[in-house]
Amino acid sequence: MRHIISLLMANEAGALSRVSGLFSARGYNIESLTVAPTEDATLSRMTIVTSGSDEVIEQINKQLNKLVDVVSVMDLSDGDHIERELMLVKVRAEGADREELKRMSDIFRGNVIDVSDKTYTIELTGAGSKLDSFLHAIDRKLILETVRTGASGIGRGDRILKI
Amino acid sequence: MELTGAEITIRCLQEEGVEYVFGYPGGAVLFIYDELFKQEAVKHVLVRHEQAAVHAADGYARSTEKVGVALVTSGPGVTNAVTGIATAYMDSIPMVVISGQVPTSFIGEDAFQEVDAVGITRPCVKHNFLVKDVKDLASTLKKAFYLAKSGRPGPVLVDIPKDISNMKTAFEYPSTVNIRSYHPQVAGDANLIKQAAQMLLEAKRPMVYAGGGVILSDAAKQLTELVRLIDSPCTNTLMGLGGYPASDKQSVGMLGMHGTYEANMGMQNCDVLLAVGARFDDRVIGNVAHFNSVPRKIIHLDIDPASISKRVKVDVPLVGDVGNVLTDLIKVLKSSKQKPEDRKDWWKQIAEWRSANSLNYKNSSEIIKPQFVIETLHKITHGDAFITSDVGQHQMWAAQYYKFDKPRRWINSGGLGTMGFGLPAAMGVQLAHPGETVACVTGEGSIQMNIQELSTCKQFNLPIKVIALNNRYLGMVRQWQEFFHGNRYSQSYMDALPDFVKLAEAYGHVGILVEKPSDVEGALKEAFARKDELVFLDFRTDSTENVYPMVPGGKGLSEVILAEDL
Repeated sequence: MRHIISLLMANEAGALSRVSGLFSARGYNIESLTVAPTEDATLSRMTIVTSGSDEVIEQINKQLNKLVDVVSVMDLSDGDHIERELMLVKVRAEGADREELKRMSDIFRGNVIDVSDKTYTIELTGAGSKLDSFLHAIDRKLILETVRTGASGIGRGDRILKI
Repeated sequence: MELTGAEITIRCLQEEGVEYVFGYPGGAVLFIYDELFKQEAVKHVLVRHEQAAVHAADGYARSTEKVGVALVTSGPGVTNAVTGIATAYMDSIPMVVISGQVPTSFIGEDAFQEVDAVGITRPCVKHNFLVKDVKDLASTLKKAFYLAKSGRPGPVLVDIPKDISNMKTAFEYPSTVNIRSYHPQVAGDANLIKQAAQMLLEAKRPMVYAGGGVILSDAAKQLTELVRLIDSPCTNTLMGLGGYPASDKQSVGMLGMHGTYEANMGMQNCDVLLAVGARFDDRVIGNVAHFNSVPRKIIHLDIDPASISKRVKVDVPLVGDVGNVLTDLIKVLKSSKQKPEDRKDWWKQIAEWRSANSLNYKNSSEIIKPQFVIETLHKITHGDAFITSDVGQHQMWAAQYYKFDKPRRWINSGGLGTMGFGLPAAMGVQLAHPGETVACVTGEGSIQMNIQELSTCKQFNLPIKVIALNNRYLGMVRQWQEFFHGNRYSQSYMDALPDFVKLAEAYGHVGILVEKPSDVEGALKEAFARKDELVFLDFRTDSTENVYPMVPGGKGLSEVILAEDL
């Protein structure tokens, strides 16, 4: 099953490689991994999307907790949570396609953030499935480039991961 | 007053009460070696290969309650140390390895003797550090020692660039450590302990399975008390030997691939299993599905939550320090009005399995049987020696036939299975226990993986007794080839062996060749009588002997091959 694991870790050189190394050494899947510093500059927040049996997910949580740099781990999938991903798509926007792509972007609540005479760059945010839907909804031949950040997640309401 | 990084390093070692540093100098650690030279509190043991430095520090740590310390230079110094670090990591041995690094301004430029030490050791250390500011050096070393010995112990590497060891800063050794992300759970959960106690009392066929955690936590006393209190048989893993006295009537010996019949059958057929400081690894329980095919309740006590329910689903998880939790468990059991269930039938069953006499072997008056050498070694040393071992058949025979009654007497590479471990580990043990008897049980294959250390033994007057069971084969490889590869002995034959007697003599030691069973006892007596000399005993043993019992890889614990089956 797909799980989205969120963790806080020391914002130190090599911390990321400890996490990614753990996943590769123990044969766990990484679907996506995002990381950036938090409001506390000594801490980074990482979101990992992974999949595995309940036993594997339990081990992933325990092994992550065991890393000395990891301060706190939360499996967001254990409760209500929100997931967002940012995607930038560059599309060929010429002739009739130009209007159609703008319309699709609006439907998906995207923003056209860069325009040239032949291209649009569209910014889209949402759950991964929404981004997938957008890519399916437009003509595949028009897609020049896609960049996705991978999911970031946060618990709903009072579910907070903080130290 | 300001001190250089090198001075700080040595001061930190002094503050930690470090007695010995095992190491090898080189360019990147010259400042540190210079400071070592200027003081006497921390003694340095010059090995002949960095792998041996780490194994020696490891042997020192295993035989004491202290942290082992090794010091190596950058590049090849570190890469040579990696096998030793991985060995310590697999067996959770507290250790600090200090490595030199090229100067900070050279890092990343493929400088001479540069290697990414933190990267290369990352998967086989508990934690590691690259010191980038001399101001962080003292606190980093403090953290390293704290991490190495607290929680589930393990090796910690501190990589110190050469320029950092020459920069000055004010020195103050921190008295406390606070790592906000690191709080090992040492006390057990009271409710779960009660639950475990109840289960143990009500069990009809209990079994205690005790591993290296008992040794590391210095909990042999508590374990023994508990096993007697609940009237249960107790089996020890390869790492746990000595955690429960092997000569006790409740001991069923070692379990696992080469465990006794009674231990493995007991594991398979018990109704409540208490695992203490052990991790259900593949060499211990064999095929997981086969093990799980029989219903039993499992209580698992371990300091590392990640060890619990990793391979085998556990009913009662007890996370905490083995000694602490056992003490609490004993208290609960003692205060309970309930007496343990009647175990007469269970003991009868155990006795029946015991009567298979699975460690029986046919001795010979013609050819030396390796088992006989170990039994005689036990006799001559009154079962009271520190025994280190290498890896292979000799290791299993030592584990099976040298009945360890005390903890920290059996020093071997269990998890990683590192050939070449035995002799350097024995150096660490001997230095930690100067007047004591230390023997290294080895084979002609393993000993050659670190034989250069005979030179270190000479330099530091270490009167180790090397017990080489020389069967002219990589015996365990040969055994597997015999069983599973149609007797095709691919590259397992050792040709062109050195004359070990002359070799020992060349290094300044005593060598004794033993070829007849009738000479075994005499040779051992002579060797151990030479209290101040290293004696290398070259026992020419039966090359066809196999280790029994054997649970073949991938099989279940009850699918064992006994010697008499063949």
